[in-house]
Amino acid sequence: VQDFLNFTLTGIAVGFVYAAFALCLVLIFRATRIINFGQGAQAMFTTFIALDLIQRGVNYWLAFAAALVAGFIIGAVIERTIIRPVETGPEINAVIVTLGVFVFFVALASILFGNTLQSFPAAFSRSGLSPGGVQLTLRPLDLFNIAAVLIAMTALLVLFRFTTLGLQMRAAAFGQEVARLLGVRVGSMLTLGWALAGLFGSLAGLLVAGGELVFPGYMDFLIVFGFVAAVLGGLDSFPGAVVGGLIIGLTTTYMSAYRQPELVTLAVLVILLATLLLRPGGLFSSSVARKV
Amino acid sequence: VTTPSGPDPRQPEPTPADDGSSSGGVTTTPEVTGAPGPGAPAPGAEPRPFLQKTLVRHGLLHAGALLGIVLLLEAISPFRNAQLAQMAYFVPAVAGLTVLTGINGQISLGHGALMMVGAYTTAYTLENAEGTPFVVVLLLAILTTTIVGAVVGVAAARLHGPYLAGATLALAVGLPGIALKFEDALGGEQGLRVSPPRPTDGFESFYANIFGDLSNQKFIALVGWALAIAVLFLLSNLITSRVGRDWRAVRDDEVAAQLAGINIGRSRVLAFTVSAACAGVAGCMLAAVTRLAAPGSFTIVLSISLLAAIVIGGLGSLVGAILGSAMLVFLPQVVTDFGAGQGLNSSQAANIAPLVYGIVLVVVMLVAPFGLVGTIRRKYLERKARKMLEAFAAAQSQQQG
Repeated sequence: VQDFLNFTLTGIAVGFVYAAFALCLVLIFRATRIINFGQGAQAMFTTFIALDLIQRGVNYWLAFAAALVAGFIIGAVIERTIIRPVETGPEINAVIVTLGVFVFFVALASILFGNTLQSFPAAFSRSGLSPGGVQLTLRPLDLFNIAAVLIAMTALLVLFRFTTLGLQMRAAAFGQEVARLLGVRVGSMLTLGWALAGLFGSLAGLLVAGGELVFPGYMDFLIVFGFVAAVLGGLDSFPGAVVGGLIIGLTTTYMSAYRQPELVTLAVLVILLATLLLRPGGLFSSSVARKV
Repeated sequence: VTTPSGPDPRQPEPTPADDGSSSGGVTTTPEVTGAPGPGAPAPGAEPRPFLQKTLVRHGLLHAGALLGIVLLLEAISPFRNAQLAQMAYFVPAVAGLTVLTGINGQISLGHGALMMVGAYTTAYTLENAEGTPFVVVLLLAILTTTIVGAVVGVAAARLHGPYLAGATLALAVGLPGIALKFEDALGGEQGLRVSPPRPTDGFESFYANIFGDLSNQKFIALVGWALAIAVLFLLSNLITSRVGRDWRAVRDDEVAAQLAGINIGRSRVLAFTVSAACAGVAGCMLAAVTRLAAPGSFTIVLSISLLAAIVIGGLGSLVGAILGSAMLVFLPQVVTDFGAGQGLNSSQAANIAPLVYGIVLVVVMLVAPFGLVGTIRRKYLERKARKMLEAFAAAQSQQQG
């Protein structure tokens, strides 16, 4: 039972990170109806920027912040330069462009930072907590991860719910023509959406990396998990993405813990196909038909 | 692989088995596609002379190409032979993918994984049943890949665009896990060694009589190219046939295609299955050429490289597929040498090629979304259309004057 509790807690901690990553896919999908397959690679690249700074002796939190800013800028630049021209074209073109971004950043990181495993320092202790004498595998680091994601989500919520900027972003995502007529600068809003997604993705990347070994391909699985989490939540709902992230986090943790670490990704694939075939609008969809 | 059907829909030629069972309501409607293939005859046209029949033309062209390859293999160095052998296993995979994506409009990031199925089937069969004739191994590899492809295809037929890309991406990232999971049978991270096929004595002496010594390397390249050309032959006939027109119709407008009596789901699954079979051939040859089936060869980067190859050639163009495959073989060598010259270490230099693929994918999509061959063909067609218009206008003004 205690094992099960431990796995569940770890699963939730992992799930929050997946949720953060799913959120940035949702952020972009809502605004531009594009899935950014390059998101994981962008995040990985910013993580390496942070690692490089730390290795040069820069303060940990400063490096952390630098990576987030880098994620923000990379997201904005990508939207402005290469996504804007394909936003209106056939959807397959946009998919191909984001895949190009994906392989570009993975290769660039291998060239600049080396293709070997490097350990990324943890912000907090990695030994398990033991409240009241019960030894848990939940670590202070996990609590930090959960807290970081929750703070980021709250910030996003405040932005979208209570600020004019957020309202404009929602308007631009909802109906470009109408928003433009009402004086919203739709182009800037889309760029901002991508930039925020870049920042969020960067955060998820840093949280995954904390206390672990990183290499240029370490985010490959996260793009799959994040995508499936986002699809579970219906691809355009923020709460849906969080729930989807938790479901995937728990599934992968149980699978790794109980038997089959190698088959985790295939299990996630099965979840994805089951979702798309049975409830293509996600778990919380009303009966609105959606073309998948 | 299915029998290629002739270009003429009115002749009761053998149609592929999957299509034969259809209700008879499936009539060919070239109008749906807007641009029927070059082999499609106008309604009511006379039967073509023998030499102009698509099947005959394609057959002669491909036979000529094979002869050209044999002569080329003789003329070049062993190192270039090895590169040509490498190219031979890319061609079927890229051709299959370009047909799937360009003709039928389905994107797949799972073709690296499908190649893995073919390669592991080859390696596993050769390891556990030594002395199995290569033809049997090849057929087995095609069979298993086709089955996997059909299963994936059934799921894929309901998805499109980003959803399909995400699902096949999951397949590409997840499938190598199977090789790690069943370490005893599939060799884990190390993979399985493959003993490549050897020529029979009869063939060896036959070849020696005409061209001279047949090295093992040369033989593999020859087998690979024979298969690659066979695949190209079948595909080129398939895409100019009724099946190909159905695929294009489904790609261009699902509703119109459905109204014309095309079963969209079946058409999609068939396209994915045919494409998977091609990937099976590619995987089998990859195992034979590299003498190894290991999970490290089938990363997501392989799938994206295949995508880069079809994008640069032009979606749906078989000539483009050959050019794309050539890029996959020759570009890494050139840029890696360049990188090493700039003082990068070998693992850094090896990553310049994927870097270029990434740039290629983005730039081609932004600048020339029809790819190399597609853009040239478009320019040519535009010019032709303009000339015809001018001629028409001139004729009219003459009439009036």
